[in-house]
Amino acid sequence: MSVGAPRGLASSGQKLITEMLHPLSAAEEQLSPWPDVTISVGVEKQEPGLTNGTPVEMSNPASTLQLIDRLQLDDELEADTQDPSETHDLFVTVDDPKKHVLTMETYITYRVSTKTTRIEFDLPEYCVRRRYQDFDWLRTKLEDSQPTHLIPPLPEKFVMKGVVDRFSEEFVETRMKALDKFLKRVADHPVLSFNPHLNAFLTAKDLNKRQGLALLTKVGESVKHVTGGYKLRARPSEFCAMGEYLDTFSQKLGTLDRIAQRILKEQSEYLTELREYSSVYSSWAGSEEQLQRPLEGVAGCVTTCCGAMEDLSDSTSQDFLPVLREYVLYIESMKNVLRKRDQSQAEYEGRLEAAVLRKQEDRTPIPVEVEKCQDKVECFNADLKADWERWQRNKRQDFKQLLTGMADKNINYYEKCQAAWESLLTVLQDKQTEDKTSETN
Amino acid sequence: MHFGLLISIKFPQNILELTHVPLPFSNLKFINIFLFFIGFSGIHTVMRIKSAHIKQQLSRCVIREDGGGRTGRFGGSRLLRRMEICVSEAEKRSCRNAVSMLETFTVYLIETRPLEPTADGRNSSPDSVWRRYSEFELLRNYLIISYPYIVMPPLPEKRAEFVWHKLSADNMDPDFVERRRVGLENFLLRVASHSVLSNDKILHHFLTKEQGWKDLVHETGFQAKADSRLRALNAIFRVRSPNKHLMEVKHYSDELQSYTSQLLRARTRVADRLYAVYKVHGNYGRIFSEWSVIEKEMGDGLQSAGHHIDAYAASIDDILEEEEHYADQLKEYLFYAEALRAVCRKHELTQFELEMASQDLISKKQQREELATGIVRTFSFKGITNKIFGQEAPEQREARLNLLEELTSEGEEAVKEKTAECDEHAERAVTDILQFKEQKDKDLQEALISYALMQISMCKKGIQVWSNARECFLKM
Repeated sequence: MSVGAPRGLASSGQKLITEMLHPLSAAEEQLSPWPDVTISVGVEKQEPGLTNGTPVEMSNPASTLQLIDRLQLDDELEADTQDPSETHDLFVTVDDPKKHVLTMETYITYRVSTKTTRIEFDLPEYCVRRRYQDFDWLRTKLEDSQPTHLIPPLPEKFVMKGVVDRFSEEFVETRMKALDKFLKRVADHPVLSFNPHLNAFLTAKDLNKRQGLALLTKVGESVKHVTGGYKLRARPSEFCAMGEYLDTFSQKLGTLDRIAQRILKEQSEYLTELREYSSVYSSWAGSEEQLQRPLEGVAGCVTTCCGAMEDLSDSTSQDFLPVLREYVLYIESMKNVLRKRDQSQAEYEGRLEAAVLRKQEDRTPIPVEVEKCQDKVECFNADLKADWERWQRNKRQDFKQLLTGMADKNINYYEKCQAAWESLLTVLQDKQTEDKTSETN
Repeated sequence: MHFGLLISIKFPQNILELTHVPLPFSNLKFINIFLFFIGFSGIHTVMRIKSAHIKQQLSRCVIREDGGGRTGRFGGSRLLRRMEICVSEAEKRSCRNAVSMLETFTVYLIETRPLEPTADGRNSSPDSVWRRYSEFELLRNYLIISYPYIVMPPLPEKRAEFVWHKLSADNMDPDFVERRRVGLENFLLRVASHSVLSNDKILHHFLTKEQGWKDLVHETGFQAKADSRLRALNAIFRVRSPNKHLMEVKHYSDELQSYTSQLLRARTRVADRLYAVYKVHGNYGRIFSEWSVIEKEMGDGLQSAGHHIDAYAASIDDILEEEEHYADQLKEYLFYAEALRAVCRKHELTQFELEMASQDLISKKQQREELATGIVRTFSFKGITNKIFGQEAPEQREARLNLLEELTSEGEEAVKEKTAECDEHAERAVTDILQFKEQKDKDLQEALISYALMQISMCKKGIQVWSNARECFLKM
């Protein structure tokens, strides 16, 4: 699903892409190391509040076209590894968890550090503390204001299983990594990263969450206001394919999760037996003379292998499983966006049908709203397709990394065990030759 | 006497000799090897033949640097210097038993060949005898009775125990039969290389005389001794002044028995769990396959990685089968511990009998003294009746005195014999126990080494498979 020749938008009043002034043509610095400058050039003509590319009259096609152009440009630069629409001028990190104990509640905050050269930010560096609620707020705001885009998922909000401790080091660590990933994905997104809510999240000392940025919420709601009752006629095949892929993929991930959990369970039982096994060797060593050292050596070796197995299991539960689960959430987000797209297409088709009928009856021209609807649908489709591409690329990278990591951990485990047994073997064989020579003497 | 290495290939009906290599080493222990290729001068080789057909007919052997092999472990081999012994085949037979029921059992082929060429300079053809497990048991029981001070090499287990779930507990299972064959050969080699046991006539007949051997054994009358010995050994008795050294050895044998059986049980449980871990990974293979269908660029990488992980899951079967060899070595010493204990108990029994005989002698002597002097030192029924009914007639007294004299001297003889028996038993036992301990240390150390090698091989396989999978993931 690569973006080939850019299609002109068939809606009225829009020029074909080839006729529009290339937003990047003004600056010679197409290949500059600071691509943010080029972005600013294209963007500064507009109000800062509308840089997020919300589907409002003029700005929407520009942002999408921008996107398409960038994709075109970057195709010449680099092949598959790099995401062409990454801007690399906004770096965010989540780290340093701290526990806050108040009278009413206890919670964890994380340090969110930002480094940027964008002009939307007043300072080049920021450092704020945020808690999970704040991330949740950000995500909701992003979803509301960018309904046509895929918003990366957050780690689970509620910890259902009563066994898991919200404040355990492992849990906090896992959650923090997921929050870091979330922010990085948002920051890397060519459209989402310019969202003023993100700006506020990264910079404001105090996130006053009740005060929305009213301007944007109103704008966003225009898409949200898709009244029910519109039935979708024909979903374009590519979106059908997307939906099917997501369903199957989600299912496979679920199975992968179950397999990994089963392996963890078996490994833990294996570990229990292995420890017992080691202790028998130790006990036996106690009643032997010549064999004492060899037997103790074996006991030590088995114990080392136990440690190695523990490490392997830990990394499965801390590194492997969380990523799997996060992707399941990501898939749900994506499905939501697809649904919204369907709804907006349905609305358009419904309105068009009504308008056409009326035209036939009393010759009233097709109202502008219907055309606006068409625009909305087309923008939605374009945004979605672009995001889909990104998502696929990221998914490939992420899973490549995840599975390679899993292979690495397993290799690591066997290497540790092999080293332990090999050093024991030298000891045993030395002893054997020692015994032989003393025998013949 | 020269030592030679016989290399040959065995086919169902005949043995093809490749070469007979005479070797100059004086302390060379050699083994019975059927191999295709050997190198000398310091090459440590372990041959393991996988093919089912050949597996049935060849035994696993180890050659070491000094040329000593499995029989190299077995002390100064008397019998083995003169002939090579191997248990080469196993076969199923059926026949009607005593109660007219059809019985199926396995027989094993024992082949022996004297090493020295016969008077006319030719190598004599091998002897072969078919024996079933119960005959081996008979031989061993006979040897135990006849040589009670020897720590008797054990037979492989009668029924499969300490099985991990995949392994069959069926006595007819080919893997079990194969391992039993190796165990029986091991038993024969150990016995034949023992300085004392190897000279036994019944053993020689066992190896060479298929018909009529059982009658020979029964003619020795050992069965009666066996029954009484069994009863005695199971009885509870207390020895006043036990042999300290042998008591320590008995205590050690209990510990050895306990630890080896604990180890075997723990190993079985570990094997079960490890099997589960490997097999669950097989699910990855399946899911990767299904997943690769919906992917474009990632598909190939996933699919091939899946195949590697499948191979990983399948590899555990061979790994655990090989570990059974280690378990067998442990089992041998589990049973050896019983044999060791039996020697100690036998001594205790002898000691007890000696103490009984001594007691008996003392009481006889006392009785004689009383009768002779008329002084009653101890309470006796005779004394009371004498007081009540009057003294007996001098002839009767005379007769009784003579009887007691006889009994006393018999008793003295008995004590002397028993003392000699006891001392001799102790002396020989101590010697054999020492030998046993040396053997045990060597054998178990070797077992631990081969176990470490197995583990290393397993780790290497694991690294290989996961590296392959990793390569595939990178190509995703």
